[in-house]
Amino acid sequence: MQGHMTSKPGSSTANKTGSWRVEQKPKYLQKDCIACRMCVLACPEGIVTGEGKNTFHCDLAYCKGCGLCAAICPKKDIEMVPEIEKK
Amino acid sequence: MAETLFKPGHTACAGCGQAIGARLVLDTAGKNTIICNNTGCLEVFSTKYPESSWSVPFIHSLFENCSAVASGVEAALRFLGKKDSINVIAQAGDGGTADIGLQALSGMLERGHDVLFVCYDNEAYMNTGIQRSGLTPTLTNTTTTPTGSASTGNPRPKKPMPEIANAHGIPYVATASVGFPLDIQKKVKKALSIKGPKYMQIHVPCPLGWQHESNKTFEVAKLAVETGLYPLFEYENGQLIPRKIAVLKPVEEYLKTQGRFKHLLKNPEAMKQVQDIADANIKKYGLKAEV
Repeated sequence: MQGHMTSKPGSSTANKTGSWRVEQKPKYLQKDCIACRMCVLACPEGIVTGEGKNTFHCDLAYCKGCGLCAAICPKKDIEMVPEIEKK
Repeated sequence: MAETLFKPGHTACAGCGQAIGARLVLDTAGKNTIICNNTGCLEVFSTKYPESSWSVPFIHSLFENCSAVASGVEAALRFLGKKDSINVIAQAGDGGTADIGLQALSGMLERGHDVLFVCYDNEAYMNTGIQRSGLTPTLTNTTTTPTGSASTGNPRPKKPMPEIANAHGIPYVATASVGFPLDIQKKVKKALSIKGPKYMQIHVPCPLGWQHESNKTFEVAKLAVETGLYPLFEYENGQLIPRKIAVLKPVEEYLKTQGRFKHLLKNPEAMKQVQDIADANIKKYGLKAEV
């Protein structure tokens, strides 16, 4: 098509931005979760999912490791851990 | 849980406030929505050809004319008799709203199109390299208002866009902040339930341009509101409804979180100038909660 470009809706999922993470990744401890859903609201990627208490997790294929979910969690139930565990 | 309509895989920076704001607005509006977007960070990072993050109809034309495009979309829907079931949202960054897109926006508000205009205010042209815009606050360090021995940053005040929109006599004007996500959802819902042109301005921190850590986006956004530098309020048919703040904080707490205000910390005179702006906001919008 000339003049303008179109693309399929929602097709950006082909772009796995998880490779952007350099230092840290979030770890959902699933211990003290009260299902307040703040992590769901806070994630810039919109990749945190879960239903009830202690079920929330994120899709590391897209997570850029910004750390917002860990910063906003009122129960400190999300931790940022090193990308590669040191031995 | 309903899956988000703003898909992952977009190329926003880690911790981007605008990506959070855009997702909250779209998910609240629902799938019967048409988005018209000005050029800006949001358009660039969400529609990297040949991909798109939007699961709803999305159109981008130029930097200045999303309001004009949205007006056309709304008029077409009205002609087809479909307007009642479909939301039209026009959105832009602060440059595309207050500087480049102001004429088209003013036209849309004046003609009374049933469109919600959302301005994602990250307080500079972040996409092209942090140049000063009309919505950049006073004494901010940007690449076009650099600080040094002869300058303390942007000399001009922030353009009062909500007041300008309200002066058009439109039914609903609101400011919001990603620091308060539930407040954004509430305001978008309210705006879409009202017929006529609506204007909403959302404060979205930019870790790159504001020079703060990517996990501080919410903290910074909240502090802007709690210090009175970014007042949250609504105008319903011209009637002011402020969001009151229980404990007002000194502006220093907000300024010290960001590299763009670093030069102010050792300059009490400039700090006083910023505190005066906050105090003026608190007085003007009645932000102080009475205990």
